Amino acid sequence: MADSAAYFDIDIDQGVMKMVAAGDWRARFLKQVDPRLRDFADDTMGRELVIDMAGVDRLDTAGAMVLQRTLRACGDRTRISRVVGASPAHAALMDQVKDHLAPCHVTPYHPNAFGAMLDRLGQGVAETYVAATQLLSFIGEALAATWRVFTRPSHFRWTSTVHHMEEAGLNAIPIVGLMSFLIGAVVAFMGAKILRLFNADIFTVELVGISVLREFGVLLTAILIAGRSGSAFTAQIGSMKIREEIDAMRVLGLDPMEVLVLPRVFALVLMLPAIAFIAGILGLVGGALVAAFAMDISIALFLSRFGETISLDHFWAGLIKAPFFAFVIAIIGCFQGMEVEGSAESLGQRTTLSVVQALFLVIVIDAFFALFYLEIDF
Amino acid sequence: MNTGNDNAKNVIELRGVRTQFGDVVIHDNLDLDVHKREILGVVGGSGAGKSVLMRAIIGLKRPSAGTINVFGHNFYEADDEERLSVERRWGVLFQGGALFSSLTVAQNIMAPVREHLDIEGALARDMAALKISMVGLPAEAGAKYPSELSGGMKKRAGLARALALDPELVFLDEPTAGLDPIGAAKFDDLIVNLKESLGLTVFMVTHDLDTLHAACDRVAVLAEHHVIACGPLDEVRGTDHPWIHEYFSGPRGRAALSAKTG
Repeated sequence: MADSAAYFDIDIDQGVMKMVAAGDWRARFLKQVDPRLRDFADDTMGRELVIDMAGVDRLDTAGAMVLQRTLRACGDRTRISRVVGASPAHAALMDQVKDHLAPCHVTPYHPNAFGAMLDRLGQGVAETYVAATQLLSFIGEALAATWRVFTRPSHFRWTSTVHHMEEAGLNAIPIVGLMSFLIGAVVAFMGAKILRLFNADIFTVELVGISVLREFGVLLTAILIAGRSGSAFTAQIGSMKIREEIDAMRVLGLDPMEVLVLPRVFALVLMLPAIAFIAGILGLVGGALVAAFAMDISIALFLSRFGETISLDHFWAGLIKAPFFAFVIAIIGCFQGMEVEGSAESLGQRTTLSVVQALFLVIVIDAFFALFYLEIDF
Repeated sequence: MNTGNDNAKNVIELRGVRTQFGDVVIHDNLDLDVHKREILGVVGGSGAGKSVLMRAIIGLKRPSAGTINVFGHNFYEADDEERLSVERRWGVLFQGGALFSSLTVAQNIMAPVREHLDIEGALARDMAALKISMVGLPAEAGAKYPSELSGGMKKRAGLARALALDPELVFLDEPTAGLDPIGAAKFDDLIVNLKESLGLTVFMVTHDLDTLHAACDRVAVLAEHHVIACGPLDEVRGTDHPWIHEYFSGPRGRAALSAKTG
């Protein structure tokens, strides 16, 4: 039996409109015939119609649906339209779809675009406020838990803390060190090129020393740790949340703050200054090597100049910021992990949010410190 | 080359199938036939490889030996066009529904219609509405995202998507798992109804004894790497095998039986 696509003809037989349908009325052949059927149904709305299905070779639910729909549209008022000549199987299929012709919505209903925009804006503002208060209360909870642990040191999780010190601290040293070394080298190159114009090559030492010690060493370390460990904290705690492990902990009388959050916060607060220190040293090494090989500043000259002009204050000005950065990164990472709800999608969103918020706050704190140092002439 | 034969009695034919993950053998020398227009229930203990068997048949897990013919085509040796022609003729309901989470229910159903039949617009919407109504979902469900649906509604929506192209063969992976008994019974009725009215062949992996009683024409029992018994439920229950005995004569098995006969 050769497949011929669905088609139909219209006859007027003794005043009754007759539609002769023939061919293969399966979904794949309906694309051409469907618009014609709709036009036909619009034109003849409410008239009596007889559909002759004797010529229909094959039929599926979609074909039965469009025929049934046409029948209903035409006979809507009179209810005298009918099907003739259908094979038993086709008649059964026509019956089967008869009660399932109600249309459905495809996308959620939006009243109007402007209203929806205002709605989203308002929700965004409200959510920001709620998130800020939640973060504050989370910090408060963490501080309270810290106090509890101080009064009962046996509750402190040493194993877990050391594990996170290795994971988030020790393992980050190669990448942070390499990056800092390169940044120190780049700063030296940039400086050398400009300073040479003024015959002030030697000031490269000050440029590298001050920028790496005060800012780059610690800031870049914080940024890398936020991307590396802050997101990992969110993912770890978030996946535990999804598997109801956090709930199980609470039910067993374990405080997630003590078990999960404090070890991570302590580990990072201890390790980030140490990594920042290493990063600072490697940044200086990078700058010194560039100065030695690309300019005429020998290592010895670099070191003696460094000793004369760079006071210890610059070193402390940088390093003091490290624990604050660490605290913010760890707290945000844990907080977003705790906020994960149910699905893997939420875990992904929260991980992204964790990194973005941590970076934002790190920069804000850095700017605050810069202003503060300026005021106190540090 | 394989030539598809539409009039064959068996829709699916497995001969000597062996599947394994690394050194772990799941099935060995497994034979199974699924007849046209029947509901075959596949049962077996946890880890017996029920779902793996289904995945092997629908082309997601290549067997390391043996042949799998669906509609007379060997899927794993077919060229792209032949595969596509087979894929269009079956629908699959995965355990969790496997709905695309970024699309609404109606868009989920329209996806295969658009992809395979190149039908869009009003006709696709009408087809989606028809399928949504046929699986017993309310019309409002069409505009909902999968995350807004209950477990039972997700399964119904998954079934609607599986039926989108009017398949001749439907695979169901634990369709009633996670549903409450009322919802499960309704789903059984739905499957039997659709099979009767659309002439479907159904391959169903299940744990549910009530479903076996209520819906299945034949039952295949998977154990010891192959099908140890296959036939109508009463016949299988009489088979002398410790696992079958324990399965059907345990308290749950007896309860399901008495519910059926009582």
